[in-house]
Amino acid sequence: MLQIPLWNRLFILLVLLAGLSFAFPNFFYERVERHNDAVAEMERDSIETEALLAEEALWPGFLPSTLVNLGLDLRGGAHLLAEVRVEDVYVARMDALWPEVRDTLRDLRNEVGGIRRIDADPGLLQVRVENADGMSAAVAAVRELGQPVVSLTGAIGDTTLDVSGSGDVLTVRLSDAEQQATNDRTMQQSIEIVRRRVDEAGTREPTIQRQGQDRILIQVPGIGSAQELKDLIGTTARLTFHPVVGRAGSADEDVESRQIVLPSIDPQDTGTFYILEETPVVTGDDLVDSQPSFEQQSGLPVVTFRFNPSGARDFGEYTAANVGAPFAIVLDEEVISAPVIRQAITGGAGQISGNFTVESSTELAILLRAGALPAEMTFLEERTIGPELGADSIEAGQTAALVAFAAVLLFMILSYGTFGIFASIALILNVGMIFGVLSLIGATLTLPGIAGIVLTIGMAVDANVLVFERIREELKTARGPARAIELGYERALSAIIDANITTFIIATILFVLGSGPVRGFSVTLGIGIVTSVFTAIYVTRLLIIFWFERRRPKTIEV
Amino acid sequence: MRLRLVPQETNFDFFKYAKATFGVSVVAMIASIAIWLSVGLNFGIDFLGGTTIRTDATVEVDVADYRAALEDLDLGDVVISRVFDPNFDADQYVVTVRIQAQEGVESVTPETIAAIEGALLENVDPEMTFPSVESVGPKVSGELIQTAIIAVLASLGAILIYIWLRFEWQFSVGAVAALIHDVILTIGIFSLFQIRFDLATIAALLTIVGYSINDTVVIFDRLRENLIKYKQRALRDVMNLSANETLSRTLMTSGTTALALIALLVLGGDVIRGFVFAILWGVIVGTYSSIYVAKNVVLMLGVKRDWSKPTDGSGGPGGTQFANVDA
Repeated sequence: MLQIPLWNRLFILLVLLAGLSFAFPNFFYERVERHNDAVAEMERDSIETEALLAEEALWPGFLPSTLVNLGLDLRGGAHLLAEVRVEDVYVARMDALWPEVRDTLRDLRNEVGGIRRIDADPGLLQVRVENADGMSAAVAAVRELGQPVVSLTGAIGDTTLDVSGSGDVLTVRLSDAEQQATNDRTMQQSIEIVRRRVDEAGTREPTIQRQGQDRILIQVPGIGSAQELKDLIGTTARLTFHPVVGRAGSADEDVESRQIVLPSIDPQDTGTFYILEETPVVTGDDLVDSQPSFEQQSGLPVVTFRFNPSGARDFGEYTAANVGAPFAIVLDEEVISAPVIRQAITGGAGQISGNFTVESSTELAILLRAGALPAEMTFLEERTIGPELGADSIEAGQTAALVAFAAVLLFMILSYGTFGIFASIALILNVGMIFGVLSLIGATLTLPGIAGIVLTIGMAVDANVLVFERIREELKTARGPARAIELGYERALSAIIDANITTFIIATILFVLGSGPVRGFSVTLGIGIVTSVFTAIYVTRLLIIFWFERRRPKTIEV
Repeated sequence: MRLRLVPQETNFDFFKYAKATFGVSVVAMIASIAIWLSVGLNFGIDFLGGTTIRTDATVEVDVADYRAALEDLDLGDVVISRVFDPNFDADQYVVTVRIQAQEGVESVTPETIAAIEGALLENVDPEMTFPSVESVGPKVSGELIQTAIIAVLASLGAILIYIWLRFEWQFSVGAVAALIHDVILTIGIFSLFQIRFDLATIAALLTIVGYSINDTVVIFDRLRENLIKYKQRALRDVMNLSANETLSRTLMTSGTTALALIALLVLGGDVIRGFVFAILWGVIVGTYSSIYVAKNVVLMLGVKRDWSKPTDGSGGPGGTQFANVDA
């Protein structure tokens, strides 16, 4: 008969309660947001100021503080899609390789004769040798210059260089594995630099994501314009090497003139401040390259770096005079690391050893190279949305949603009377649930997303309508109202499931293929389908059962 | 007193004018395609590449002034359109300026945007603000078109397969025919009124597909039930009976959805108006097509009558074996 077990009822109520409690903070959006920001800031910097504590106190900590993220089109901000010209790096690598190749081949002068670099396609290094007979020896010698590919994904045994000889022309290019590894590094490096740049602006929750092979999506809420963002990203990072004078307990420590106090960002060294000479020994401008590598004897991961001749001379002189002393690698007024000089570094190339893993050495190499963007970026797409436009959109969306709500509720109650009231309650709960789920999974609400919710308001009643219409039909034939209600639910289920699964398929396809606002729409649509089926099948039914158990009506009118 | 959109018992013969309704659908589709091919869609920058600048001025708009202000910049094709919305303040005049992608330029030139903004500030209204500026390079826009087409085809394919598994192949052909009908009519009306066609419109198209299939499936579901119940009645009669039985629900759901969408169309702001319009239009044609297109196609194709056996030669694989899982 018309019954569902107690545990089932409790479960339904529990799910409802959970959904609504996650939705609830959104009613106090600004308050909760300030609270969350303050909590995040205190956790990150492990400091507690009165201002931050006051902000934190705006919302009680024991209540849920989940919020729906607002998309750029609602909050205002800038969106950029940048393409990184990864091939630029191949060219630079080949140029850097040329002196080595030249020296190697000069050692083989007896076999290959004179050599000359000839113009080649970008990314290729081509050398014409005088004596083509010595080509095989030349190829073998140059191949020796290749190193094992250092990447987290690549196969073991690949080397970095692809060397071939044809006639009297020797061709060197990066091997496919190395190109892939280089691309990945270039992208990581670009994203890292972009992230640093954007974080510097201190805006909230920027989105910086790699898209596809060579693109970066950058979304920054609250920034004035896409142009401003491009200026920010374009700024060159400044890498410097400083002599270390000592350590300090805080940033406010008194130091002599021409000395500076900088914080360390080494994760093992947090909270430390270094006192440095203000004049750097060398700067990132003098750095040619930096790569993750392995120490020859121990096989431990290290980071290699190389200076141009003037940087090499300065660095060599300084390190020769200061063996045993630490020096600091500083990026943007922050100490990346402060290794101790073990020996004079005179060749312009050196390596930083330490407690590295492959990941962390790769990361430090990225940071060391992060002086300038590794490759040029072109901007394929840019959008600026003013905050007023976003606010207007939210307001318009809210008004529309409320009116749509009222109209649908009225329509339902006029059509189905008491049952219409149940459906209306379920609809209100449904929208609450949508917000709860959106908040819980940290989804982003966009303007089309609001449209998705309004559409769901219209369509969510569908399942109820299907059931009610079915109950009406069953009332004509069934034995008594309880049986009719039961049959109504039972027989409408197949149509409800089919209809919603097809719509859900569409939402999934939109999610997979769509981007930005469209994806936001697919998320609300998809969640709306799930919650509306839940509220229609379980919640409305539970309401009807509660009502039915109290009233025990002999006849019902749907 | 209950509000009833349709009387409790209806007995419409939906096939009485089958030739006429089907003819209307076919003619409307042909007309849509003709308009689409001759007039073309008014593609937004998502698909065309280019820049859209939204301007917000405090003085009455004269589109000619805007055009004159931008004339010297040599921007190629410039489209200037006035935007109206009930949410605007009394002295708020909004215009969108759309500039075609510059020939041979992959990325977006900030100089162009700055020049446009400067020219408008100088010659039209010094108080003007620019609430949004969006630029899409031609490379991305090409990819977006491709993705959009894949999305629409993938949804149609997915539905074809799902309905085939749950019902029979005749049903899935009928359902997809109805969907293609809806999509083409929507493209037609977008061409006719030159409403901006962008990524959001594609999302709307897919929503229409989702909504329309929803309607169709409910009727099909009832049809399957009735085919089992009335084994001896003519297919046409069973179809009519099923459509009549579900008519009240069809109109209720379309009604509530349309109500919500109309609220959004009027009050939801101009930014998503095209999007909402597309969905509203889709609800209307989708309701029509599930009553007059999908069923007609199934009737033409014929359908297996004996549902008591698992499958026979004419039925698609699956057939009832999936259908009875939760019926």
